[in-house]
Amino acid sequence: MTTAIPSVVSLSHINKTFGAAGTGSVALSDISMEIGRGDFVSLIGPSGCGKSTLLRLIGDLTEPTGGTIQVNGKPAVQARLDRDYGMVFQAPVLFDWRTVEENVRLPLELFGQDRATQASKTAEMLELVDLADFGRYRPYELSGGMQQRVAIARALAFSPLLLLMDEPFGALDEMTRERMNSEVLKIWQRTGITVIFVTHSIPEAVFLSTRVVVMSARPGRITKLVEVDLPQPRGLVTRESSRYFNLITEVREALRAGEGPMPEGGLSSVEVTVAEGGIG
Amino acid sequence: MRQLRRYLPALLILISVLVGWEVAVRAFNVKGFILPAPSAIWAALVTNWTDGYGIFPSARVTLIEALGGLAIGTLLGVATAVVVSRFPRSRDTVLPLAVAVNAVPIIAFAPLANSWFGALSPVSKMAIAAALVFFPIMINLLRGLTEVDRSALELMRSYAAGPTAVTVKLRAPNALPYFLTGLKIATTLSLIGAVVGEYFGGLTETLGRVVVAGASALRFDVTWSAILVVSVMGIVMYLLVIGLERVLIPWHPSVRGGRSP
Repeated sequence: MTTAIPSVVSLSHINKTFGAAGTGSVALSDISMEIGRGDFVSLIGPSGCGKSTLLRLIGDLTEPTGGTIQVNGKPAVQARLDRDYGMVFQAPVLFDWRTVEENVRLPLELFGQDRATQASKTAEMLELVDLADFGRYRPYELSGGMQQRVAIARALAFSPLLLLMDEPFGALDEMTRERMNSEVLKIWQRTGITVIFVTHSIPEAVFLSTRVVVMSARPGRITKLVEVDLPQPRGLVTRESSRYFNLITEVREALRAGEGPMPEGGLSSVEVTVAEGGIG
Repeated sequence: MRQLRRYLPALLILISVLVGWEVAVRAFNVKGFILPAPSAIWAALVTNWTDGYGIFPSARVTLIEALGGLAIGTLLGVATAVVVSRFPRSRDTVLPLAVAVNAVPIIAFAPLANSWFGALSPVSKMAIAAALVFFPIMINLLRGLTEVDRSALELMRSYAAGPTAVTVKLRAPNALPYFLTGLKIATTLSLIGAVVGEYFGGLTETLGRVVVAGASALRFDVTWSAILVVSVMGIVMYLLVIGLERVLIPWHPSVRGGRSP
């Protein structure tokens, strides 16, 4: 591994307060983290722990109250302007007035790529998510899982540096979710893209990630980093291995430790802040 | 066939109302100046189509006035909505004024419009129609342009898309169904504006004048036949907008569900 670019995302002492300073609610408190190139990092925690906010901060959809965010050595806003982010939300956010193909093509159109490139890239992406035969369908003609795959294809169409996924499979049934997890892993391995993934499903986080970031609420902060050393490529065997279950237990216990009734500031001793050498 | 079955109840009700009307007028010997029978209205329409009151040439003039007003009002409404959505700060200046203007009974200005733009000129009628059309177009379009899914806006933000790109790729297509809803309301309003404008003077050969002239000559069958023609024009314009919806927004739930109010 080269040392020239130590990390893709570098968070240092991030704070985020909503509302007026002093009286507002603290969403995130003193978050520091490094995410390496090609990492698959899951953010997990109870509702209100700020995991989505953290993702949105990295993607420059909102700004921190304090601290700095560096993406590929640049401020987050510059990374956004450089089109380094592919975003996938909980809802597929597809445009009904466009066909599946045209939805995937949207970012390429916006970036002014020529028509031939648009067409070939779109076809390639639909192939990648196994929807090659559905290009001419309208989004509402597809199932929820298929719609989300279109959203992933659209997010990857312009080969962004980072894939930011905000509970992308939260609205899907368990079966579809497991299938989508395998799909995402396949895509991650094929493209080598760095993924930041927000979820509140423990098995999902463990199965997908190289690293799970466990967060607690009020104020949102990182309570534990779990390195997931399950061998790649992962599949059914992974889901049945004892190591997988052990890791699930580890994440679950970390979550429980984070939510328990504790005195004010009772977590500060357990708080883990990985600033250096946190590359997976 | 399925279409026919769907609208059959409505058709049956319409026919029974007409039959009931005809029977009642004859049975109770209702005087023509109170309520002419449907058959009498139809006869008046046929005899005065080109001769007599000249309903057909009148309808042409009225239609041109209504369409002119519809076009002008739509253009102004669209322009205002686009500007306000593009510059959100202008919203608090423009909207209260637009609402205030809309609260004014615009019809009451019809005699004034005649003196401003010339009673004989179709422009005076277009002006009233345009004033009526403006508000529903503007307010509906503005809603469509501004009530955009938050995630969709964030998606565009993640692409670093500028305001123009967001308007063209997201806001405009999102607004199209709202605009067409406004247009449906506007078609009827444009006819009302034109006809009421005509009541207060202008060329003799307009439907508004036929309505007034028929009434003052106690030829209520003529008045009714003119009203019938205005109604048919209104229905046709409305249906045209529904046809436009089928073409422009086949993806919208109201259209793909096969139902359009």
